[in-house]
Amino acid sequence: MRTLLILLLLSGPGLLAQTSQPQAQEGFVPVDQLPDQEQLPATPLVAAAYGVAWGVVFTYIWFLWRRLGRVERDLAEVARRMKSGAGQ
Amino acid sequence: MKRLFPLLVVLCIAMFAYAPFLIVNAPYESTMGLVQKIFYFHVPAALTMFLSAFVASIAAAVFLFGRKPGADRIAVSAAELTVLFGLVVLITGPLWARKAWGVWWQWDARLTSTLVMWLVFQSYLLLRRYGGPGSDKLSAAVAVFGGALVPFVYWSVNMWRTVHPTTSVVPTLDASMRGPFYFCLLAFFLLYALLLAARTMLEAHRARLEALYLGLED
Repeated sequence: MRTLLILLLLSGPGLLAQTSQPQAQEGFVPVDQLPDQEQLPATPLVAAAYGVAWGVVFTYIWFLWRRLGRVERDLAEVARRMKSGAGQ
Repeated sequence: MKRLFPLLVVLCIAMFAYAPFLIVNAPYESTMGLVQKIFYFHVPAALTMFLSAFVASIAAAVFLFGRKPGADRIAVSAAELTVLFGLVVLITGPLWARKAWGVWWQWDARLTSTLVMWLVFQSYLLLRRYGGPGSDKLSAAVAVFGGALVPFVYWSVNMWRTVHPTTSVVPTLDASMRGPFYFCLLAFFLLYALLLAARTMLEAHRARLEALYLGLED
């Protein structure tokens, strides 16, 4: 038990130092040798995100506009038929 | 309302035209840089999706228990808009993740629960369209459960270990980022209100047309 306590006391600061200190750099890596995701330019992704957001919303508005127009045309047609039916 | 609608449309267009200037002038985030600018559309779209799911579930519950056709019209319109804004979230998110995390998609709690909620509202619309007679009540129950998912999706980032940023990001935003963010959020909420009004009007017109056709047949 005493041996264990002494071992813990001796290894404790070492373990703390290992977790709190950053790893020493072992070599320099040129930027063109970075993994793919770190080299990826952000501009096309940001442009695509805003483009898609606008595209989805505008397409929906266009479809909604068309559906509203069609129903309003049908409503006018039925109203006209009802009026002509009542006139006869 | 009819006089207010065009004015609000003009205001909404003006807000979305001005938003890019605010986003461009907002500072870069220290670790993510330019790609973090997706945040100004991604998060407002997500909050609008939550709002829409909530509106759809409340309206569906009112229709289910109160048999009010007006509530059903709001429910179907809000469900469609939940799918629309959810689509924006599910596309812009992976574009941000590709740069920030190095992957397009991660099967973590937030992303997966958002996808499940989106699929629930998709199934509401499919059931509604192809379910035949009585599908309006069945689909209303689906919408109620879809709305019940909202708190789980929202707090999933705090409850489970996830790579997605937590809910503390927005309340602790720096003042220079807070302005553009809340401006975009307001623009998205206004857009949602206008789309909901137009889509509900379409449902009302359809109901009137159906009643007129039935009147012609009699």
